[in-house]
Amino acid sequence: MIRVVLPGPLCAIARVERELEFDVPGPVTQRRVLDALEQRFPVLRGTIRDHVTQQRRPFVRFFACEQDLSLDSPDAPLPDAVAQGREPFLVVGATAGG
Amino acid sequence: MSGVRVLVGTRKGAFIFTSDGKRTKWEISGPHFPGWEIYHVKGSPLNPDRIYASQCSGWFGQLIQRSDDGGKTWEPVGNQFTYDGVPGTHQWYDGTPHPWEFKRVWHLEPSRTDAEAVYAGVEDAALFHSTDGGTSWQELSGLRGHGSGPKWAPGAGGMCLHTIMQDPSNPQRMYIAISAAGAFRTDDGGKTWTPINRGLNSNYIPDPNAEVGHCVHHLAMHPSRPSTLFMQKHWDVMRSDNAGDLWTEVSGNLPTDFGFVIDVHAHEPETIYVVPIKSDAEHYVHEGKLRVYRSRTGGNEWEALTRGLPQENCYVNVLRDAMAVDALDKCGVYFGTTGGQVYASNDAGDSWTAIAEHLPAVLSVEVQTLP
Repeated sequence: MIRVVLPGPLCAIARVERELEFDVPGPVTQRRVLDALEQRFPVLRGTIRDHVTQQRRPFVRFFACEQDLSLDSPDAPLPDAVAQGREPFLVVGATAGG
Repeated sequence: MSGVRVLVGTRKGAFIFTSDGKRTKWEISGPHFPGWEIYHVKGSPLNPDRIYASQCSGWFGQLIQRSDDGGKTWEPVGNQFTYDGVPGTHQWYDGTPHPWEFKRVWHLEPSRTDAEAVYAGVEDAALFHSTDGGTSWQELSGLRGHGSGPKWAPGAGGMCLHTIMQDPSNPQRMYIAISAAGAFRTDDGGKTWTPINRGLNSNYIPDPNAEVGHCVHHLAMHPSRPSTLFMQKHWDVMRSDNAGDLWTEVSGNLPTDFGFVIDVHAHEPETIYVVPIKSDAEHYVHEGKLRVYRSRTGGNEWEALTRGLPQENCYVNVLRDAMAVDALDKCGVYFGTTGGQVYASNDAGDSWTAIAEHLPAVLSVEVQTLP
């Protein structure tokens, strides 16, 4: 089971708790996690990454294991701790403004 | 008629006000979609329980919400707005080419003829259409394909398509307006479009005969006279009596003719309302006084409506989609401010009451007259 933590606004529109658990086929990558997330919650399509390009939205960041993974390739394997469900994959709204 | 429902979009959520036909006591629900920018909320003229809301965020993009029970519950519908073909470029503020990029939906206009159809005006400017209740959206790309798109430029609020008006006497005719491109008309249901900006003068456009580039802030029409259009341009209040083919200025004795909103009385096609704003640099009302101006002569002769509105130390703005009228007798008029007030008049503007005073900045106000 993969653990994914969503920011509050996305929890509200998906009507879910902050932390979700679901299966992701290996190897576990950003793309596969987000594909699985959007398949379970279609309302999230377009909110984390662009509908067409599938690129991360500019003010969204991905953290895990105390690392910023936002600029990593979406097809790079996520840390083992995320793949094994020991650590969550965090979708974070970037700090912007005052 | 039993009452009204006022739909208010704000910087941090939507609010719904309901009242009976007297319009003296109001119930408020909200915030719906708290924390999100709600650029527009509008109900279907065919099914008043069907309401659409444009919900967006700089972080998480665009969502469209739909209610089928008058705003009690909502379901997100389609949020994919993909330009048809290669979007190309428009002008940036400095005149250089800038790629077309979808940012948000400014205005939702449910169809007058099909309960499942709805139009969306978006930034960067384009018109989208859904025939399945907002589940999927297709661009009516003949508008951008008109050929003038590379000359369109953003206004201060962005390059937004903010006004969509359907001719009630001719389903093939529709008007839209874009800041800062101007007004356009289609006579074939949206396939092809004609710029309708002759007679407009804008001092930031060197060519006095420019076909596009005008910063039209809002359009209004009375359903009984669909060829008579009223316009609040960046500066200047204008009217056209030939479906936009030619515009004439009707600013008359207004204290300033900069502004955003313009609307028409529900039962008097020559009675129109504006809220003058001091200038394009000072986006607040003139002389610290919140005044709606009404003309009963279709323009030129204006009277200030002040009863119930603050007349000192007031520095709010009233944004382009933040005024609406109901169809009751007497006509109700409603508007919202960037200071979070929503004012209602149940006597065609003679007097006003604040039905909310501490909302987030109001982006839009629409009203439904309920059966």
